[in-house]
Formats: sequence, structure tokens, C-alpha cells
Amino acid sequence: MKKYDAIVIGAGHNGLTNAAFLAKAGLNVVVVEKNDYIGGASVSRNIHDDWTYSNCSYVCSLFRPEIYRNLELGKHGLQIINIGGGATLMENGDFLGSYEDHEVSRRELIRHSPRDADAYDRFSTDMAKWCRFIRPFLLRTPADPTSFRPRDIQELIYLGRKFYDLGQKDLHHFLRFFTASISDYLDQYFESDVLKASLAGSGIIGTGLGPMSPGTAYVLLHHYMGDMDGSVGSWGFARGGMGSIANALAGSLKEHGGEIRTGQGVEQIIVKNGKATGVALENGDEIHANIVVSNLDAKRTFLGIMDPKDAGEKVVKAAKNFKSRGSSGKVNIALNGAPRFDALPQGSDLVNGFIHVTDSIERMERAYDDWKAGTWSKDPYLDMLVPTYADPTMAPPGKHFMSVFVQYCPSKLTAAEHNGEDWTDKTVTAFGETVLNQISKYSTNFRDLVEHVEVRTPREIEAEIGLTDGNIFQGELTMDQLMFNRPFPGYAQYRGPVKGMYMCGSSTHPGGGVMAAPGANAAREILLDLKRPNTVPEDEGDD
Amino acid sequence: MNNLAQNAGIKQDHYLQTIKKTPFYNRQKEWDKVNQWHRWGEYTVCDVFESIAKEYFAIRNSASLFDLTPMSKYRIKGPDALAFMNRLVTRDMSKIKVGRVAYVIWCDDAGQVLDDGTIFRLGENEYRLCSQERQLEILKRNAIGFDVEFWEETDEVAAISFQGPVTCRILRNMGFSDVETLKLFDLRYFDFQGEQILISRTGFTGDLGYELMVSPDKAEALWDAIFEAGKDYAVRPIGGNALELARVEAGFLQAGVDFLPANETIRPGCTRSPYELGMHWLVKLDKGVTFNGRRALINEQKNGSRYRFVKLDVEGNKTACNAYLFDRKNGKSIGATTSTAWAPSAKKNVALGYVEMPHGKSGDVVWAEIYYQKELKWNRVWAKCLVVDKPFWDPERKRLTPPADF
Repeated sequence: MKKYDAIVIGAGHNGLTNAAFLAKAGLNVVVVEKNDYIGGASVSRNIHDDWTYSNCSYVCSLFRPEIYRNLELGKHGLQIINIGGGATLMENGDFLGSYEDHEVSRRELIRHSPRDADAYDRFSTDMAKWCRFIRPFLLRTPADPTSFRPRDIQELIYLGRKFYDLGQKDLHHFLRFFTASISDYLDQYFESDVLKASLAGSGIIGTGLGPMSPGTAYVLLHHYMGDMDGSVGSWGFARGGMGSIANALAGSLKEHGGEIRTGQGVEQIIVKNGKATGVALENGDEIHANIVVSNLDAKRTFLGIMDPKDAGEKVVKAAKNFKSRGSSGKVNIALNGAPRFDALPQGSDLVNGFIHVTDSIERMERAYDDWKAGTWSKDPYLDMLVPTYADPTMAPPGKHFMSVFVQYCPSKLTAAEHNGEDWTDKTVTAFGETVLNQISKYSTNFRDLVEHVEVRTPREIEAEIGLTDGNIFQGELTMDQLMFNRPFPGYAQYRGPVKGMYMCGSSTHPGGGVMAAPGANAAREILLDLKRPNTVPEDEGDD
Repeated sequence: MNNLAQNAGIKQDHYLQTIKKTPFYNRQKEWDKVNQWHRWGEYTVCDVFESIAKEYFAIRNSASLFDLTPMSKYRIKGPDALAFMNRLVTRDMSKIKVGRVAYVIWCDDAGQVLDDGTIFRLGENEYRLCSQERQLEILKRNAIGFDVEFWEETDEVAAISFQGPVTCRILRNMGFSDVETLKLFDLRYFDFQGEQILISRTGFTGDLGYELMVSPDKAEALWDAIFEAGKDYAVRPIGGNALELARVEAGFLQAGVDFLPANETIRPGCTRSPYELGMHWLVKLDKGVTFNGRRALINEQKNGSRYRFVKLDVEGNKTACNAYLFDRKNGKSIGATTSTAWAPSAKKNVALGYVEMPHGKSGDVVWAEIYYQKELKWNRVWAKCLVVDKPFWDPERKRLTPPADF
């Protein structure tokens, strides 16, 4: 039987990235994937006729350009196309548009609040400061502040320098930013409800917190710190859907001699004498390697495919307590034509970008209340996008694919109204109806165009992709679970509790969002342990 | 407090208009021969109408018209207007009487310059603030506790800069009686075709000149009247490129070029205090009221500044564009140039820039490493630069009152 140097469990984008860098370093690598297709949550799927859905993640900004370039993803078919436009739809029939042109965008802000138009520039400057601080950490392994190893001390000094580099005044401001709620943070700049709502959405996406919960300001930054070709904060489509990212990574992996086995779920990580020696597959086969890397989230890794005796009490407990609540749903829709949002000026570019419902932080917080009570939001926050305006490959000519991200949607229905019954096909459909109704309030022709709907609550997301409780980030992005605390203290450097076992999923630093950084960082650590030359690129820096 | 200003009229379909035309646009377009325009705020403005040389020498030899309409303009009014202005800017505004204009800078609370501009004292309790950057939010944040109202009036005021040695003569020809008695930084209202025109003896060229402000519907009439009265004096519109040449020659700072507005600066150490821009004379620490940045500026006086703004007379004829500055030839890098020009009237190779303290005292020498390209080939020269404290071009006519005819 073939012996591999490394086995990567899960062909999500981080697993593929990790495997590609290991293969590039000359390791004999195999990726095992339970589904018959690769990609994890970075996937394009053909579910209905000639439509292609990005049926989990749907846009790209955080993906590290250094990885894109180093693994030659362009050559392997990946194209990321800039997204322009976007609007927040208002209950009163108006909207706040997001125009690519700075002056037009500014005038649009003036239309809602002249002062906020100027304040927006101040906000952008401050966000750029925080991005400049945080971006270099994405491709670095977090320091362990308690180890006193020279490398950790060096990393801590680097961190200290970065803090110092913010300057005294901004350091205060920044520390507040990290702990503030997105609502409080935006109140420091703006007076317009709709502007605050349009920005606050990024603070709650994928997070079991409301816009008034402390910690949500950071989540906004997490969605701000990416870039499109150097333009920080810009987002793009992957041509052909998000699966193109996974496919390009797979192409790069194969070019470097790596192997991918689909339809082969892992039953357990085999540990002998405190060392990982391979994996036992659900089909009864075993694969052996001295390096075993899990792309699964921390809960699924340590509570699912590791024997608790191997993981140890401390890790099992930490995994149990790891916060990975499902809070988002996704509705993918095939449309027989272009949906018309009644408020938006016909013919404007706004429809090309993110279309948001709702228009106030108050409404978002109320939507969160429903989630806390154990049901989906009756007035949900929606982040809608029709990539087929820009991408001709995802739907037949004249027809469209619409991706609708929904906040909030719980992983379990515990509210009294559900009479103790968890998600059923019926309630999943009812959730979908809530979303379609919400869209219909703002688009009168929408219903008639609907050809097919795929509704995904956390239940479907977990069942299909394996994300525990359907948490899109493999664990929430709150301060207690970031940097050297991700996924848990003492395990933030990608190494698991037994020798030869590693983690490379978004449960590790720097978290989710299709960055590929966890996979790359984990590869760097593995190669370091193997005393092999590093193949993982460094952050190229903004200064 | 009123800042409703401009939003009332903005319709949802405003996005169709990506550039605005100033009230002088149509008249200027008649002069346009080379189609070089760029955006300033929301407006399109001309870089060059025909040739920089022709336009530059209109400033220095005859009369030039530069469309200032896109400049941010704010009206500030109310019983506390003076106190508010004094709070905002570093200068002692109580010294600026009605009918006077003040060049001012204002800082954040760390004593770093946000912008520079001019404040027109239109009445006892009424001011106009003109600036490069937008200031509405800064005004609103600073107005807390002051009984003032303010609003942006950029679009409501057609403004033109009228600069050159014969401008006073032409204004007199237009019938603005006693305009010659305006001293540098004076302002006065005159009658113009049944409306009021505001004329101030101000400008960005370091030469004799005026700025004229009218309502937009009188803009073309004003333009025509100037050309009619100036038909014997070679009046011509100028673009931003000629003005840029004149302002560097005059040694004036440009926001976004010679310093960066502190509220738009991301990297620490890239902002500048007034002292670091050579603006000591604009800071009145003991004016009796507190103002933004005062405490930080007192500390800076005590502890020293990081940088010094320098005006450099550069040896040779290669402009020191984007050049590092050194303490000596092949020495230590101590700064950089920010604006450079071959100054046609001073007949000097000039540069503005910054150096680290304590370098760059008046009379000191620093060195520039200049790269320049001739037909694809890059060359490098070291140029000795003399730090000077006077403007490179400072003609007597700038101040002379009444101005001579030519």
C-alpha cells in the first residue's frame, strides 16, 4: 500500500492550499474528501439545469494575493472580477447607493446626511489604519505569549512594534475598536441610520452576535481587510463561482504531484504511541502518513475524528467550549430574468453589487432577538448578489443566479413556536419563504422570475459541508477566539495534541472568509517541523 | 445649528452626473485647444488651455483668470462666529477685522495640520471659510457649544482668481471705483450689474491679484466684462498647471502635496505640525482662548519638532522632482522634496520639501540626489541646495497700494 508523507482531511480551500504548499515542498500528499466533489464551502454546484450556484461562500476579497500568485492560480483557471455598485434598500422606498466613483458616492451620502459624507472619509482613514495594522498578521503564525521560545518572543516584539507604530492616540482608539460593538463604533462617526446599517451588516455576518454586542466591530474589519489587486476593502467574484478557487488550488496541487480522493470520509485519525500515523476511512480502508492535517473545524476534528483519549481532556473540553454557533442561512435562486428592485434607479450600476436589506441597526438587533429566541429572523438582514450580471458562465443567457445570504438563522429551532421540533423540511421551506417574502417587498417582479430555490439553513450547511452548527467561519470571530486564542490557547500554532497532527482550517488563525491563510500558515509550520525548506510566501506588505 | 446645506436638492438620479461644470465652463471651453482637464471635487477644471508658458506669463506679465469655483466654501454666521473661528484655527482671529482676509491653518488635537485655507470676515459675526479639503464634519464637531450656524456654499458661489500686474487696471476699467485702495488681504463688496460682487486682494500666485466671487448666474457676465475691460491687456484663462508653477515659485504650500491632511493620513509620522511647515507666524499660543492642538503645540515648542519645511534654491537646471535630500553629497538621507519647478520669473531651479531637524536652517546647504531622464536614458546628478527663507519670487507690486497700472 502506498505510503504518503502527509494526509490532509477535507478538500476545502484551506486543505487544498495546505496540501499544495506541502506538495510544492516535495512531500507526497493526499487530500481525502468525504463529498464526491471538492471545495468545502468554496464550491460551485450544478443543482438546477444550466445554473451554477456558489452555494456557500459567494464572494472573494480576503484570499491572500501572495498565495494566489505563488500557487499560480491564474494559470489554473482562477479569475477574480471586481464587484462594483450595491445599495441598501430602505423601508420607506428610498435607498442608499454605493457608487464606485468617490464623488458620486459622496453625493449619495450627502443626500442622506451632508455631515456623514465628510465623516465617511474619516471612517475610511481609520479603517485603513486598522487594516494596515492587521493585514501583515494574516500570513504569520500567532505568537504564543506564554512559551518564551525565541521565535514567540520575536513575534511578540513584532506585535508590540506594530502597536507602537499605530501612535499613541490611535492605539487607544484601536483597542476600543477591538472590543466595541459595531453600533457603538459607527455612532462615533455617523448620524444616518441607513449608512450605519449598510456598514453594520459586515459586523454581524456569520456571527452569533447582534450589532449592539461588543466584539462586532472587529467582525466588520474582518470583511474590510481584504483587497482586490491592492484596493483594500474591495470584493470580487470568482468567475464560474467560488468553486473556481478550489478547482484552481486542486490544479496547482496536482501539478506538484499531489493527489485528491473524493468520496472518502475519514472515520478517525490513527494515533500510535502519541504520534499520528494515518487515517481510518469510513469505507474501512486505512491510509498511512506521519503527518495528518485536519481541515475540519475544531469541534469536528477533536470531538469527531479523534479518539478523546488521543486528544486529551484539555483539548476535548476546549473543543466543546469552542464557540461555533450557526447564525446564517443561504438561499440560492435561479431566476428567469433580471430582478428589478423598485427603489433603485433603472439602468444604474447599483444592481451589480451587494444589495442589502435592512436599513437600521435597530431592525438588525430585532432580527438578532429572533435568533436568540431560537428561531430565524422574521425581518432578516439580507446580503444579495447577482453575479451573473458580470459572470456569463453561471446561468443561461438572459437568466440569472442570485445568491442571498441571510442573517440570522439558528442551527436549532428552540423557540416555543416550534413546539420542541428542530428543523424539518417544512420549517426549512418556511425559512426560505420568509426570505423570498423579504425580497419581494423590495422587488415586485422577483417572484415571477423564480425558477428554482435552494434553501440552506445551518442544518443543511452542516450536513453537506460538515461545518459544525453551520458556522461559516469554522468558529466565531470574537476576541476570545482570535490570534493566539484560535481555536484555543496553546493550540494556535496549527499543531494538534499529538505529534504529527495539525490543523489547517478556518478554526485556526486568522479565521474564515476564504483567505487560504490558515492552510498556508499550517503548511509553513509543518515544513518547519520537518526541517524542509519553506514554500509558503510571506506577506508582501502595504508600506 | 444648520448644516442642511446642499442635500435638499439632490435627487436619486444624481449619479447620472459624474462631473459638474462650473458656471465659467462654457466660456472656458471656448479657449480650450488641447483638451486637458481633470476633476477637482465634483467639478471638471482645466489643466492647460493652450500652453503652460502662455498661461504662466499671463500671471506674471498681464492678467490671468483661474476658475476657483470648486474650492470648498463654507459660510459661518452667528453671535459666536468669532469665538468659533478662534477655536478652530491657530491664528488670533480677533485681530482680523471686518473687511479682511486671513490665511489660516487648523489642526487636530495632536497639533497636526488638517488643512490650510482663507477666512474672509464678511461682517461682524459672519465669515467665509475657503479650503482645499471638505470641512463640514470638522466644523460640526468643533461647533459644539458655540452659537453659530454654518453651511457649505461651494456651489452657490462662482469664484475666479484674477492675477497679474494689470489686473487692478482692468478692475478699474470695469468701474469698480476705489478698487485700487484695496490692500493685500482686504476684501470689499462692489456693485456688479445689480448684484454684489466680492473682491478680495488675495491669491495663490505671489503676485498682484484679486479673487472675485459672484452668484453663479452672474458668472458669464463677469467673465465677459473682464475680457471687455481687459481687451488691450492680454487677459487669458489659465489652467491648474500654470497656477502650480506660480505657487511653487511663490513658495506656497499645497495641501495633499507639501503636507497631508492629518485626518486622511494613515501612517504615523506622516502628518505635520504648523511649526514643521514653517508656519510659526500663524500660531498664536497665547491668544487667550484655547484652540485645537494648542496643548500639543506647546509641548512641541518645549520638546522640539521632527521636521523643518524648506524652500530650496537648487544648483543646476535639473528639477529635483521626487528627490531625496541628504546632509551632504553621498551622505545621510534627511528628507525629500515635495514640490519642484524651474521658476521662469525667478530664473531659478526651486524646490519645496522637508528635512529632519535640526537640518535645514536658513542659509544651510543640503544635497539633492536628482534622477532625470533624457530619451529613455536615466541620469543622476548631485545638486547643492541652499535653504532660503524668502519666496523665490516676491515682486514689490504684490503689496504696493495703490498698484501701478502695469
